Amino acid sequence: MSQNDKNMLKWNQIFQKILDSAARYLMMGFVVLFLFGIILLITGKDPIQSYKDILTSTLGSQYGFSEVIVTMTPMLITALAVALPTRIGLINIGGEGQLYMGALLATWGALTFETLPVWALVPLMGLLGIIGGALWAFIPGILKSLGLVNETIATLLLNLVAPSIVAYFVFGFWHSPMDTNKTPNFVDAAQLPTFFNSRIDLSFFIALVLLAIFWYLMKYTRWGLEMRAIGGNPQAAKRNGLPINKYWVIVLCIGGAIAGLAGAAQVSGFYGVLLVNFSRSLGYMGFLISWLSFGDPIGIFITSFVVSVIITGGNMLQLTIGIPYAVINILLALTLFVVLAKPTFLKRITI
Amino acid sequence: MAKTKDVKSSVYVSMRGITKAFPNVLANDRIDLDIHASEIHALLGENGAGKSTLMKILYGFYRADAGEILLRDKSISINSPQDAREHHIGMVFQNFTQIPAFNVLENIALFLPDLQPVYKQSDVEERINEVSIRYGLHVDPYAIVSQLSIGEQQKIEILKLLLSDAKILILDEPTRVLAPHEVDALYEVLDILREDGYAIILITHKLNEVLACSDRITVLRGGEVAGTLLRSETSEEKLVEMMFSKKLVDVQKTEQGVQKISDTPILQLAGIETQGEGNSTSLKNLNLEIHSGEILGVAGVSGNGQKELGDVILGMEKSLAGEKLFFGKDMTNRPIGDIRRNGVGFIPENPLLMASIPYMTVLENMALTNTWRYSQQGGLQVDWEAVRADYQATQEDLGFPFSLYTLPRSLSGGNLQRMVIVREMTHDPQLLIASYLTRGLDVQSTLAARQALLKACENGAGVLLISEDLEELFALSDRLIILFNGEIAGEFIPSETTIYEVGHLMTGSEVKYVAER
Ligand SMILES: Nc1ncnc2c1ncn2[C@@H]1O[C@H](COP(=O)(O)OP(=O)(O)OP(=O)(O)O)[C@@H](O)[C@H]1O
Ligand SMILES: [Mg+2]
Repeated sequence: MSQNDKNMLKWNQIFQKILDSAARYLMMGFVVLFLFGIILLITGKDPIQSYKDILTSTLGSQYGFSEVIVTMTPMLITALAVALPTRIGLINIGGEGQLYMGALLATWGALTFETLPVWALVPLMGLLGIIGGALWAFIPGILKSLGLVNETIATLLLNLVAPSIVAYFVFGFWHSPMDTNKTPNFVDAAQLPTFFNSRIDLSFFIALVLLAIFWYLMKYTRWGLEMRAIGGNPQAAKRNGLPINKYWVIVLCIGGAIAGLAGAAQVSGFYGVLLVNFSRSLGYMGFLISWLSFGDPIGIFITSFVVSVIITGGNMLQLTIGIPYAVINILLALTLFVVLAKPTFLKRITI
Repeated sequence: MAKTKDVKSSVYVSMRGITKAFPNVLANDRIDLDIHASEIHALLGENGAGKSTLMKILYGFYRADAGEILLRDKSISINSPQDAREHHIGMVFQNFTQIPAFNVLENIALFLPDLQPVYKQSDVEERINEVSIRYGLHVDPYAIVSQLSIGEQQKIEILKLLLSDAKILILDEPTRVLAPHEVDALYEVLDILREDGYAIILITHKLNEVLACSDRITVLRGGEVAGTLLRSETSEEKLVEMMFSKKLVDVQKTEQGVQKISDTPILQLAGIETQGEGNSTSLKNLNLEIHSGEILGVAGVSGNGQKELGDVILGMEKSLAGEKLFFGKDMTNRPIGDIRRNGVGFIPENPLLMASIPYMTVLENMALTNTWRYSQQGGLQVDWEAVRADYQATQEDLGFPFSLYTLPRSLSGGNLQRMVIVREMTHDPQLLIASYLTRGLDVQSTLAARQALLKACENGAGVLLISEDLEELFALSDRLIILFNGEIAGEFIPSETTIYEVGHLMTGSEVKYVAER
């Protein structure tokens, strides 16, 4: 084979790969649309018209589009909080809990240091969010490295605890005079700057930077190489001298820190206030997206985008043609179903 | 042992013009192969010659790009192992696996094509006993597989094939992991099978086995047939020449017995104790020293603490008592990374499981033991050019050509072993722990690997050589210890003892063990 032929072969393979993944995403979208179409028909709505409405209300207008971006921002970050530990073989279901703990500490910062200027208070809240999430992930991390508890179970259980802690602080100490289930609105200096005359805030750009860092880390750095080795065969990695216990703790903490940052961004940007149960499963959504996209940064971006179109579009539909929210949940559940069926099911129908 | 048949017995199965290409290699190139009933047909060739690939095609594991397979002169198509089994073709792989928690009977029952949904254990047991008595494949049907030695597990693999009515048996390097006495037992079984009309295809790198038991021999070279010979018309030299197209020179330890004993040994174990969990052996009060320029051989039947010894030195296994000193410095229970940075190389008994990351390229695998050495800008980048240069140099030294850009799991069995050897030899190790160094290597690579070991010693390294191959141990070691049941059962200088005496300590104690039960 000449060098030229080899290059041709290589490009063919890359092209094939792109085609394959495009086919996979298209297929997934198609399956979901088809199943949901049936449900819409059953509830007496015109599916074609509904899909048109979803598209025009999200991608068709500047406002709709900006809302999609706003919705996808926390998903990008929480998905990353799952994707990173996945690379060393850890299953972090704890994004939800880590997000809550990040929000909790960030809120404490916002309420305590009200007088700081914005350039100090916002970074401080981000830092507190990072610390909150990281501490919450440290617990399962250390338990895992001591060989005591599997991280999947530990992170899952901690998800049940974190919202209660937030509720305890809000109900007990921080609630506003009017409302028992939320804090007073944060001062302006505790709010993330927004852009383009929309609700898109700084955290979107932070998310993009984090995704880029993640991509570079895994592909080019020594740490990425070592992490892929640990994920690929922990026994061999250990024999080769890699400190896998250290990695378990540190990487899980970094995952938690990222989720905690998402929590801080939610209270500081999206809400400007800490609500009890504010998250609406953002952490689980991140888990879903990370798995759907095989932990790949570009995949995370695309998948978050698609899911956000569904959610924002669904919300619009609820307002305009009165589809009950439960039905939109069915749409998400369908997506989940197709995701979980991914490897074997989709292969069978796409090949 | 066997009498060669010059009878032109009928051709049972034949492969015609088999061609198979993988990305970047032509593994099989228009191969013709005839297999007769009642013969043991040996398949030889250097590492990566295409032996396993050819047999996986016959077993339906891969599909050939071109060529056909004839069964008693009728063309058949084999697209899956199920098809192959329907045509009575069975194969035991290079790395076979059974379900460790199941007993022998359950493992065999799972494989039977005619197993009823509700099956009677006693029926299966009867069938197992019938076959195992006839062929001397004695196993306890109710023994748990994880408790059995690798030799016994292999008997089960063969039993599986016999019970599922295979008439053509493909064995890919069956003796690679066997202890010497198990090898003899296997060949006795194969002898009887041949008498009964089975066709046996045997892949191996051990020429003495081939010359002792096979009827005909086919040699592959670079994916092509270099020739098919009757055993009676060949010799070891002739086979080697066909495989490598050159003559090989054996290695000899030059300064036998001359040791540069320094004051502080490279490694010193004093009273090391470990607690084996599950099937692993506990080490009891282990004392040993390895000096610069010295090869310490470790003999013993596998499963008597060899793996644990290597692991405790590396730091994979915790020692509960005793001390481990490197150059006189206490390193007991320090992390593996620290031990590695002190210049310890480790060649494990199972390179796929214990040393390689299957989904990373060979080059990336190479960098893993030394990530600190190749990282630039504090780890933000890896100097891949340096990695490639380093390992290519060692590859050339050893004469181990394999691509650095494929995945380890698509390397041939021998090339995988070569990969690990290249990696561990590259940075002038101070101490080398080599378990079954030459397992799966062809004759030439075996010599190259031994040569490299001796060279490392000349450069001042100490070596712990764990092996079951007594000839290898006697040829290379300066001192020899025998492990039995986690303890050192004897220590010798090779020139002052005999293979018989050592073998007796390895297996003689085993006889005692059986008697006690
Ligand atoms: N699945 C695969 N993908 C890509 N290349 C492969 C694959 N399997 C085998 N090869 C390549 O095909 C060639 C022949 O491999 P094969 O396993 O048949 O060798 P072998 O003769 O059995 O060698 P060994 O004695 O080392 O086991 C090698 O170069 C190997 O790297
Ligand atoms: Mg092979």
